[in-house]
Amino acid sequence: MNQLIPTFDFEKVFVAPWTTDLSFHGWTMLMGFLVATACGLVGNYLILRRMALVGDAISHSVLPGIVIAFLLAQTRHPAVMFLGALAAGVLTTVLIEVIHKKSRVKQDAAIGITFSSLFAIGVILVSQYASKIDLDQECVLYGEIGLISTDLSAVGRMGIVAALTIGFIALFYKELLVSSFDPGLAFSLGINATIVHYSLMCWLSVVVVSAFESVGAILVIAMLILPGATASLLTKRLPSVLGLSVLHAALSSVLGMHLSLWLVCTPAGAMVVAGGVLFVLAWVFSPSAGLLRRWFGANLPVTGPAPARAGGG
Amino acid sequence: MKAVELHHATVSRKAPAWFRLVIAVALLLPTTLQAAKISELGETTFAAQAIRFFTFQDPAVRYALLGSMLLGITCGLLGSFIVVRKMALVGDALSHAVLPGVAIGFLWNMSKDPVAIFIGATVAGLLGTMVVGWIKETTHLKEDTALGLVLATFFGVGVCLLTMIQRLPTGNKSGVDKFLFGQAAAISPADVRLMAAVTVLSVIVITLFYKEFLVTSFDAGFARAAGFPAQAMHYLLMLLLAFAIVIALQAVGVVLVSAMLITPAASAYLLTDRLSRMLWLSATFGLLAGATGAFLSFLGPNFPTGPFMVLGATAVFALAFLFAPRHGIVNRWFRQRSRALRIQRENTLKSVYHVLEGRDFKGEGVSLAELAERRRETVEEASRQAAQLRRHGFATLHEEGNVIFLTPGGWQLACNIVRNHRLWELYLTNAAQIAADHVHDDAERIEHVLGDEAVRRLEKRLEFATRDPHGRPIPGLADIQRGSRPPEPAGQPGGYGRRT
Repeated sequence: MNQLIPTFDFEKVFVAPWTTDLSFHGWTMLMGFLVATACGLVGNYLILRRMALVGDAISHSVLPGIVIAFLLAQTRHPAVMFLGALAAGVLTTVLIEVIHKKSRVKQDAAIGITFSSLFAIGVILVSQYASKIDLDQECVLYGEIGLISTDLSAVGRMGIVAALTIGFIALFYKELLVSSFDPGLAFSLGINATIVHYSLMCWLSVVVVSAFESVGAILVIAMLILPGATASLLTKRLPSVLGLSVLHAALSSVLGMHLSLWLVCTPAGAMVVAGGVLFVLAWVFSPSAGLLRRWFGANLPVTGPAPARAGGG
Repeated sequence: MKAVELHHATVSRKAPAWFRLVIAVALLLPTTLQAAKISELGETTFAAQAIRFFTFQDPAVRYALLGSMLLGITCGLLGSFIVVRKMALVGDALSHAVLPGVAIGFLWNMSKDPVAIFIGATVAGLLGTMVVGWIKETTHLKEDTALGLVLATFFGVGVCLLTMIQRLPTGNKSGVDKFLFGQAAAISPADVRLMAAVTVLSVIVITLFYKEFLVTSFDAGFARAAGFPAQAMHYLLMLLLAFAIVIALQAVGVVLVSAMLITPAASAYLLTDRLSRMLWLSATFGLLAGATGAFLSFLGPNFPTGPFMVLGATAVFALAFLFAPRHGIVNRWFRQRSRALRIQRENTLKSVYHVLEGRDFKGEGVSLAELAERRRETVEEASRQAAQLRRHGFATLHEEGNVIFLTPGGWQLACNIVRNHRLWELYLTNAAQIAADHVHDDAERIEHVLGDEAVRRLEKRLEFATRDPHGRPIPGLADIQRGSRPPEPAGQPGGYGRRT
């Protein structure tokens, strides 16, 4: 056990990453923050639309998209990867819809079948061509955020994607808001729900593929859901939820970095663990909806908004 | 122990029959993806590996195959319940949530002890499902968010633990990372014993509580009212599910285990409506997928087992999705198309009737021009419709195909359709108080689906009325059988439709 959990060294865990090693760990933290911000912002809309598990499906199925795009184009150019991931994302959405609409199989089973098949194809291709694509099975699962300082262009790309995500949400704020909360009103306002749906799925694929390299195919689900879920426990207004998701992204990447330095484990996993701990804290201590309030409800003053209708406001 | 050996022996003896099936399925698989690689391996190596597999001289092959088949059966059986309960993604969350348990089980005595890993993983999986339940109960978050949260966070914890284990001097060579994508070749005799025990346990529990599982899965409200322990059944199912996932980990891997639960069961769900049959089919598909995965991953040096099993299961699902007798899309498409064609024929017959009625059933047969004018379409279109009628024996064509004469069968059907239409119009105006000029569209649709029994009751209810709301006569039974005949071809005495 002593070997497993190294002795806690305050200097190494908390001071060094901000002073001597900032050039190395700073990039990792920045990358984690950018990934979690982009994912978390998109994830908010997935949660609102009850599509959290479609995010799960797409994050798995971008793998074959990336690998096949690489094998066809023989280059690791980011544009090629984005195209592959976009195609895979749209294919996943369409396949889920086709299986669900054209047969008696329910949507949850359709999601499960689609993403597992596509992911299986991806894993087989990776296992066969690993040496050529510079991607191995470990990377698919953990990501390589720890090595990000060797490839700063990835940080730049992620920064652009995060900025574009914020831009898109600002630009189409009304459309996304209305179509997520009230499809009927959206229809009467002339907002095309199908276009909004597919645009969101496309952008989700782009975000997932740019996060893929650093956090892998599965941990990205945590990046999608944790910030939004935590924020929605604390407030009900969408702008504050979006703001708090960004705060959650920042906290979880910094805390995760420290955790991974202490435990000497993969930073991506540690960031997810830190984000999970933040969620649990919000779950227990949230002034409006926390467990403490539930248990000792009457004795606590109301500080936040009242526990609200499903879906938030 | 005795039972396990017995089981083992039976399976080995029956093997050849099974393997013909396995090969059949394997041939259907999208193995073309691997074509380049396989050709590199060369024909002889490939064949040699296949022979080595089918002769079972290698004990590792026997264990891998047996284990894969056992896990396929267990996952297929339990997967059926989660598919009919619409809990497919609970299986997914559960399978990711076991990862930290696997790591802790491994840490117990720093080895891949099946029992320690089994216990650790089961506890972690159950904890995961309980957390999902708590989140759903105590917050406004919906089930999908709760599942995604638990899935990813538990997996994150597991990934951290695994990387910490791999840092240890003993952990590096332990092969604990094989739990992520699965390697059937790593299945040991101890694993097979555990798998057999879980399979037997699942079969016994499902047999004993079949009725309870059936009722609680399909009608939870009734189950509660009738005093079935729905909650207990749910937890029992979760426990068995956790067992199934844990025994499947070794061969399929954490990431894809949920597919072994969902895909065979969903394929079975497309093929039958009875739960008992679904269980059998699903277990068979699981077994086939397991054996296929074990076989294919044996062929190449670096082939992961889990993904091949999943693709085997997906191939079965694709076949069921396309060709299932009742729910397959191909058959459904054929059914819809033949119904559309039938309705089209019936509408043509009705138009022929209308033309004849327009001149009091006198005169020659109906010409294409008349039909086209009546239906407001081109003569070419009318000619196509006429050809359809002739092909189904409802009409004969004369004067170079320009004049339509109905056969007795065609006349009867035309009268039927017109009668259905007018009866329904009358019914809507008289009984449902709908204005006479609003009833036509509704009758247009229902005329094709009214059965004999419904028509009989409508007639009775309407007191055998003879006129529709627009004052036109309703063809009665007598008309259909003998009454007013369609015009006969010139020079052909004695009845219609002789000249065929």
